[in-house]
Amino acid sequence: MRVLVGMSGGVDSSVAAALLAEEGHEVVGVTMRLWGGDSDTGCCSVADVDDARRVAQQLGLDHVVFNFSDDFDERVVSPYVEAHSRGVTPNPCIECNRHLKFDRLSERARVLGFDAVATGHHARLERDSAGRPRLARGADRDKDQSYVVHMVDAEELERTVFPIGHLSKAEVRDHARRLGLRTADKPDSQDVCFITSTGGRERFLGDRIPLRSAPVIDTEGRHLGEVPSVEMVTIGQRRGLGLPGGGPLRYVVDVVAEPEPVVVVGDGADLLRRSVDVESVTWVDGTVEGRVRAQVSAHGPAQPARSVVTDEPGVIRIEWEEPQRRVAPGQSVVLYDLDDRWVLGGGVARR
Amino acid sequence: MDGLLYLDHAASTPMRPAAVQAMTPFLTDCFANPSGSHRFARTARRAVDEAREQVAVSLGVLPGEVVFTGCGTESDNQAVTGSVAHRGGVAVTSAVEHHAVLDPVLASGGVAVAVDETGHIDLDELTRVLRSNDTVSVVSIMTVNNEVGTVTDMAAVSKVVRREAPGAWLHTDAVQAACWIDLREVTPLVDMLSLSAHKFGGPKGVGVLVVRGGAAPAPIIRGGGQERERRSGTSNVAGIVATAVALAETDAERDVEVERVSALRTRLVESISSSVDVHETVPSSASVPGVAHLCFEGIENEALLFLLDTEGVCASAASACASGAMEPSHVLAAMGLPRKLAGGALRLSLGHTTTAEEIDAAAQAVVSSVERLRGAR
Repeated sequence: MRVLVGMSGGVDSSVAAALLAEEGHEVVGVTMRLWGGDSDTGCCSVADVDDARRVAQQLGLDHVVFNFSDDFDERVVSPYVEAHSRGVTPNPCIECNRHLKFDRLSERARVLGFDAVATGHHARLERDSAGRPRLARGADRDKDQSYVVHMVDAEELERTVFPIGHLSKAEVRDHARRLGLRTADKPDSQDVCFITSTGGRERFLGDRIPLRSAPVIDTEGRHLGEVPSVEMVTIGQRRGLGLPGGGPLRYVVDVVAEPEPVVVVGDGADLLRRSVDVESVTWVDGTVEGRVRAQVSAHGPAQPARSVVTDEPGVIRIEWEEPQRRVAPGQSVVLYDLDDRWVLGGGVARR
Repeated sequence: MDGLLYLDHAASTPMRPAAVQAMTPFLTDCFANPSGSHRFARTARRAVDEAREQVAVSLGVLPGEVVFTGCGTESDNQAVTGSVAHRGGVAVTSAVEHHAVLDPVLASGGVAVAVDETGHIDLDELTRVLRSNDTVSVVSIMTVNNEVGTVTDMAAVSKVVRREAPGAWLHTDAVQAACWIDLREVTPLVDMLSLSAHKFGGPKGVGVLVVRGGAAPAPIIRGGGQERERRSGTSNVAGIVATAVALAETDAERDVEVERVSALRTRLVESISSSVDVHETVPSSASVPGVAHLCFEGIENEALLFLLDTEGVCASAASACASGAMEPSHVLAAMGLPRKLAGGALRLSLGHTTTAEEIDAAAQAVVSSVERLRGAR
């Protein structure tokens, strides 16, 4: 098979490339240049590109860099900023997978005659009894990334390889050490790649949109304090609200951006909801209604729920078996089968 | 390398065998530092002196006007930054310069003058800029554009600069010119001129900066005072010797090569344009023979370069950034080329080793790659 491997310069994708090459596939490594601005590893993450290229050289693979920074700006960064201005909490890594890795890159790979795109995600391709492709959780439940690649549908799965999905993180690092790859002990990336640890989210947003202060009120409408920027506040947040200590735990239960910004806090019970509406839903292999499990954060548990199709195209309602904390609008809701093994589909929590 | 169709001579051209031969003794037996005071050093010193004279002859300048530097970028930087450092004032350049000129000009608060759709500097605009700034210390206009191959009428530029800013030093980045233009006709028009050895069959790591006519850019590398205090650092003896040989050979073969390579370029462009829809960015009459810059509408140049690479064709598009990614071309943007064309830009550059067989095979690879990418849409 001729495979284009996305190499970020991290250990997972390094080993993904190595394993494919060891299996005898014709492998070309590609690093996507996505972000042209500051990053923690320098302009356009040159240090990461260096790592990816050096690993590819060590493995005897051709390595290329594709510049998708315009698409990244348009499909990931601008919507990220815009969402924050609406009081919505976006997940840019998921949008990057949706629009860049499993659209722009996979399309480029197809045009260039590759049979598949491989990535270093901790996710697996399995087959059901009928031979249909299924997107399964990675073997390492702590590192599982099926949540962030939930938009890869059955058709795309046939052209996708996750070479390290069956390995634990420790095993991935063992492979990297066995092969002497310079990325073997490189720390996992944690944060949004285009936001620096020194500048942080606040400065990033503040450079692009006006940050507005907002009163903090309780569910009865009583004024409790003030936050300097409503754009930085997320539903479920407990700290950083400038409220006096002591008393019951208070959570952000609502963020209102328009017409006047307001942050509403309440106790744990005020945060609970029986359902969440999910829009822009994609399915791995067709619509699924009825009993499912639904996961609302990258590494959280998948809770029992019902998937209910609405009249609106691309919108479903997830009804929880037990009330769950409100999902911040903009966060992804990913559905799994009852065995909590296969991804069924997913979408974005709506207001 | 076997099996490669090398059409990236503007990026770097193979070293001339005579240049390799000439430099070898100075990498082996004759390793002395030419600044020394013993007989061994004198041997090296003599080689550098002779090389300097040879380069001066090839350029029509005096040996004392030839400064050897570490690369073309260094020469460009010294001409701009060194001039502003020495005299203050404003640096003026064109919007399509190589970053080696453009970046130091802009970093010093200078001005980039617009160009027309073929990449020629707008002389009226240059006139206006020079008139509106009475402190212009240096003007830097490239002889040949590295991306699209456009040849500047340096006589016309020189006339405008001498008339409108008689106190300014005029520098030209001639890095892409040496193979195609007799620089003896350019040096009298300017005060400074930059070359890079590996663009004409010399080694990487050697640049030339011609400094004449009273120009005195401040050094940007200070130390032992080599090159008459204009560029410190131990002389790259082997590289300098090879540079002189390569330039002399290039100069001697130029008339023949211009004719030969022009015919190859025509053959290449006609072969491609007879099969696929293509926009020739700069008409051949305005370009050096060595550059064929083509734009394929509806194609992404990264994808095209990848397929060509697969076919063994070495070509380039715009310039690459530090990560190796293709950057949108500031040259094509300044020329006002529509994005849909600029996105499908391809530079095929020819040189002293290019053959007709290579051209035919490369043309075929370009055609099949373009057809494939257009078919895949």
